[in-house]
Amino acid sequence: MLNSDLKLNENLFSANVEQKATREGFGEGLSELGERNQNVVVLSADLSESTKAEDFAKKYPNRYFECGVAEQNMVAIAAGLGVSGKIPFVCSYSVFSPGKAWETVRTTIIYNNSNVKIAGHHAGIMTGPDGATHQATEDIASVRAWPGIQIFSPCDAIEAKKATLKSAEIVGPVYLRLSREKIPTITTDQTPFEDIQLFWISKQPKTVIFATGHVLYQALLAARELEEEGINVLVANVAVIKPLNEQKIVEFAKQAGKVVTVEDHQIKGGMGSAIAEVLAKEYPTKMEFVGLKDTFAESGKWPELMLKYGLDSKTIKQAVKKLV
Amino acid sequence: MTSSLSKEKLADLLKKANQLRVFVIEMLSEARSGHTAGSLGMADIFTAFYFHILKHDPKNPTFEDRDRLVLSNGHICPVQYAAMALSGYFPVDELKTLRKIGSRLQGHPHRTSPPGIETTSGPLGEGLSQAIGMALAKKLDSKDFHIYCLTSDGEHDEGNHWEAVMFAGKNKLSSITQVVDRNNIQICGKTEDVMPLEPLSEKYKAFNWAVFEIDGNNIKEFIEAVGKAREILEKPVVIIAKTIPGKGVSFMENDYLWHGKAPTKEEAERALKELNSYMAE
Repeated sequence: MLNSDLKLNENLFSANVEQKATREGFGEGLSELGERNQNVVVLSADLSESTKAEDFAKKYPNRYFECGVAEQNMVAIAAGLGVSGKIPFVCSYSVFSPGKAWETVRTTIIYNNSNVKIAGHHAGIMTGPDGATHQATEDIASVRAWPGIQIFSPCDAIEAKKATLKSAEIVGPVYLRLSREKIPTITTDQTPFEDIQLFWISKQPKTVIFATGHVLYQALLAARELEEEGINVLVANVAVIKPLNEQKIVEFAKQAGKVVTVEDHQIKGGMGSAIAEVLAKEYPTKMEFVGLKDTFAESGKWPELMLKYGLDSKTIKQAVKKLV
Repeated sequence: MTSSLSKEKLADLLKKANQLRVFVIEMLSEARSGHTAGSLGMADIFTAFYFHILKHDPKNPTFEDRDRLVLSNGHICPVQYAAMALSGYFPVDELKTLRKIGSRLQGHPHRTSPPGIETTSGPLGEGLSQAIGMALAKKLDSKDFHIYCLTSDGEHDEGNHWEAVMFAGKNKLSSITQVVDRNNIQICGKTEDVMPLEPLSEKYKAFNWAVFEIDGNNIKEFIEAVGKAREILEKPVVIIAKTIPGKGVSFMENDYLWHGKAPTKEEAERALKELNSYMAE
């Protein structure tokens, strides 16, 4: 059952559940930060509308910088701002920033230790009809190898807003992983923002499912159905992929015995790999990985893509059953 | 800064430039790797910056209103380290640690290592963008300092650099003065063979920059050009400084093979002999 301690959305499984995209929560967070902190500045590479930076740009035009379609320049300008007392948020699609600007981010933001927040939008195959060119499915792998960066991967719009606000409090580089489409709102304003929390709990669980980002909802659907079938599981929301809370990973793995990881990302190098690195050392156990299997996806409606590429609740259930 | 320059001051600067060249040869020969030609070629300009132009304080290198010197072509950092040591940022002895384990003097510069290094560089085409970020922050905070960005001609091959040139032109960032080390060489040959840049001056004009072309090995001419550049308030300024790569060491001058290599012990001795003969003059 849903963990009542976390004050999650009780309406989650009803047909009229509120739906909102994580990028919308990000935009709300940006505007709130603009009001709160004069040092927050925003840069975009000709994508202010779809990255939801538009509201900030309208309210605080002198702190908004339009960079044109030039992501390398955008991230390096942000690096210069970030070493000059500002808190820059760079907004583009994750395949372009950090993707296209990977080395520029590495040198000017990460190695420079500049206080820049990288908002990577349109992460995952959820990006849908735009096709594989615009679906970032390697970003976690390529970002988490950078020394010192923190990675936030919110599961819904409310958590995305909290993650955005939190990122501005951190001194140093942060990557915010955001997705495009509207999804059921799982948390509420009262839900605490923590790195890893059990969103679904049960007695004598057989497996723990670690999920990050919008696919957490699929994991919760799977958990609910599995419970009806007599298979008890835990579902943990991994909102912070780096630094990874190793203690909680081990604790939940010990509680449940087996582990399934779920992410809208390549299996190789993603959150599941990060968790496997911890467990191989501290608590070796059987694992199943739900994610993209070394393949690009394609154009299509996102629910169709989730089915075809195996990121849906049914695939998650199969992964659990394989272990128990 | 002031663009006026007494005879005595100029003589002192010329001496210092030669001293920087001596340090560069000693450092690179000790390190056994590094970029010689550009470091020697830019010794006059670094002398002008550290001993005449910059508002800086070697004893308080991060004070807020200091001028920013952003070195984009990080591979010529030996000459920057030499200028910093000579002006008192750190002991001259530390120059010998260049590129060695545990040293603050990285093979390509790393921000604040030592304090006074404003950005990490080496990967090319990224310095002007960072200078722009500093200029935007300066404007928001209504601060009073200037940003000098040093670039190489070879790094104009990088698309990132031209993205920054466009942005600075669009936003009329007159708080940036860019100095291009126009020495006509890059690692694999002459710039005009590897990837022609001319007409470089016209390119900058087309991107809404003010342009000066000067002899970058003439300290007086360079200081005067910076003075004129600072008077331009409606657009960013680029000073295309024509320099001789390897300047001061006759067997290195204008030879692109010296772009990316360090002198052997024997070559260093020959080079130092020549440089020391100028010192005596």
